[in-house]
Amino acid sequence: MRVAIVGVQGDVEEHVLATKRALKNLKIDGEVVATRRKGVVSKSDAVILPGGESTTISKLIFSDGIADEILQLAEEGKPVMGTCAGLILLSKYGDEQVEKTDTKLLGLLDAKVKRNAFGRQRESFQVPLEVKHVGKFEAVFIRAPAIVEVSKDVEVLATLENFIVAARQKNVLGLAFHPELTNDARIHEFFLKIGES
Amino acid sequence: MKINLEELKFGTELIKRGFAKMQKGGVIMDVTNAEQAAIAEEAGAVAVMALHKVPADIRATGGVARMADPKKIQEIIDAVTIPVMAKCRIGHIAEARALEALGVDMIDESEVLTPADVFFHIDKRKFVVPFVCGARSLGEAVRRIWEGAAMIRTKGEAGTGNVVEAVKHMRLINRAIFELQKMNEEKIYITAENYAYRYAELASRVREEMGLEKVSRNDVVFEEYTLGEIIDGIYEILLEIRELGRLPVVNFAAGGVATPADAALMMQLGADGVFVGSGIFKSSNPPEYAKAIVEAVQHYDEPEVIAEVSKGLGEAMKGLDVFKLSEEERLQTRGV
Repeated sequence: MRVAIVGVQGDVEEHVLATKRALKNLKIDGEVVATRRKGVVSKSDAVILPGGESTTISKLIFSDGIADEILQLAEEGKPVMGTCAGLILLSKYGDEQVEKTDTKLLGLLDAKVKRNAFGRQRESFQVPLEVKHVGKFEAVFIRAPAIVEVSKDVEVLATLENFIVAARQKNVLGLAFHPELTNDARIHEFFLKIGES
Repeated sequence: MKINLEELKFGTELIKRGFAKMQKGGVIMDVTNAEQAAIAEEAGAVAVMALHKVPADIRATGGVARMADPKKIQEIIDAVTIPVMAKCRIGHIAEARALEALGVDMIDESEVLTPADVFFHIDKRKFVVPFVCGARSLGEAVRRIWEGAAMIRTKGEAGTGNVVEAVKHMRLINRAIFELQKMNEEKIYITAENYAYRYAELASRVREEMGLEKVSRNDVVFEEYTLGEIIDGIYEILLEIRELGRLPVVNFAAGGVATPADAALMMQLGADGVFVGSGIFKSSNPPEYAKAIVEAVQHYDEPEVIAEVSKGLGEAMKGLDVFKLSEEERLQTRGV
């Protein structure tokens, strides 16, 4: 199994390490490739959009053609995951911050996201979160977005107060927090298996 | 799920270092007003640094350089959706607290401003917001990390448009990490003692003047920490660096990066990202310059892209020969 991490900007290395841990735990023979160029995502079996700045990552993936490759992979039913900025990019609709910055989205998750939903960096937090199919998970939220609306095709996996912070639509998984920052690889394991069902 | 307030944690090391990790592969641009901040965001900057003057102008004006006007910083915060950073003077706890209260996302305890304390930097672990600090050597970097910095950047020589000092500092840090990887625990402990001694300077100086005995491990030398605790803390960080083969926090390049090729050079030397100070808004075409530097950082290992984005950009900022600066004019010697 070959997993591509979109490496144009953000915490790419952390996703590489977390994915490697997950592959090892699942005893799957595979490789993890971080890429800043076209041509790698299309030859992979799964792809992850990391955390970072959504305005920056959006500009770079749409100008370099990586966006089309992600859409193609999703179409083929292969696992696609986005964390934090990655969640914003996977979503179909954004709030006024997304619109104001003209951020282009991939639209793979039938959801509306709110950027910086919990506030600025000083309001960033970590909390033990109940995640469906995974269990209690120490979730780190950094200037995190949240999902405010979903269509009925989207399965809600975790909520925090009135916000949805983890959701799945078939093979597409979006998280408002950063499972790659802790040593717990269970969410990456869950992600690698969603292509099977 | 209802939030159980007791389980919520703010300002942990994981959250602070995590914030810095989200900036990797990005360009952080110095801006002095809301209009410049919008240009930076549009160009693809991952964050902006709010200043009242860019370093080149701070140099030209002289006098005491302080934290920017909070009104200016607020206007910049309101203008963009990306993180906003701001600088406080080295050791100026009150400026740092004011910036934290404003909602700044990261504080740069910066040698570009006039230092407020010649003995100590801020104990950054006591803050909820993360800090970035400059370093010229592994010793400076490790001290700042021990104090709680979530990000390190090379000091370089800000406001010169001359990359030579940033390259020097990156090379010095990289070489020191290389040496560290060949060292045993005993030798590393001696290095930790050397690095930690800087914290005992105040106590040593006063005792010497008073004719008292030398500072020992059990003396409290900085905030509530004894010299022994500081040595042990620094030793742990050095062991972690030896294990990782790099700093345990994000390491950016700063101080003299002026062109897309400069930015690419720093990335090739192992920087996780780049701060561009005067380089963008002192150039003749800031929007194009900003975009070109973002592209250059992303494609730092593709010479054809560097060549393409560098075409017809117009005048870069006028640079300064670092070797002709007097000791007082060199910002990098501040805060060791």
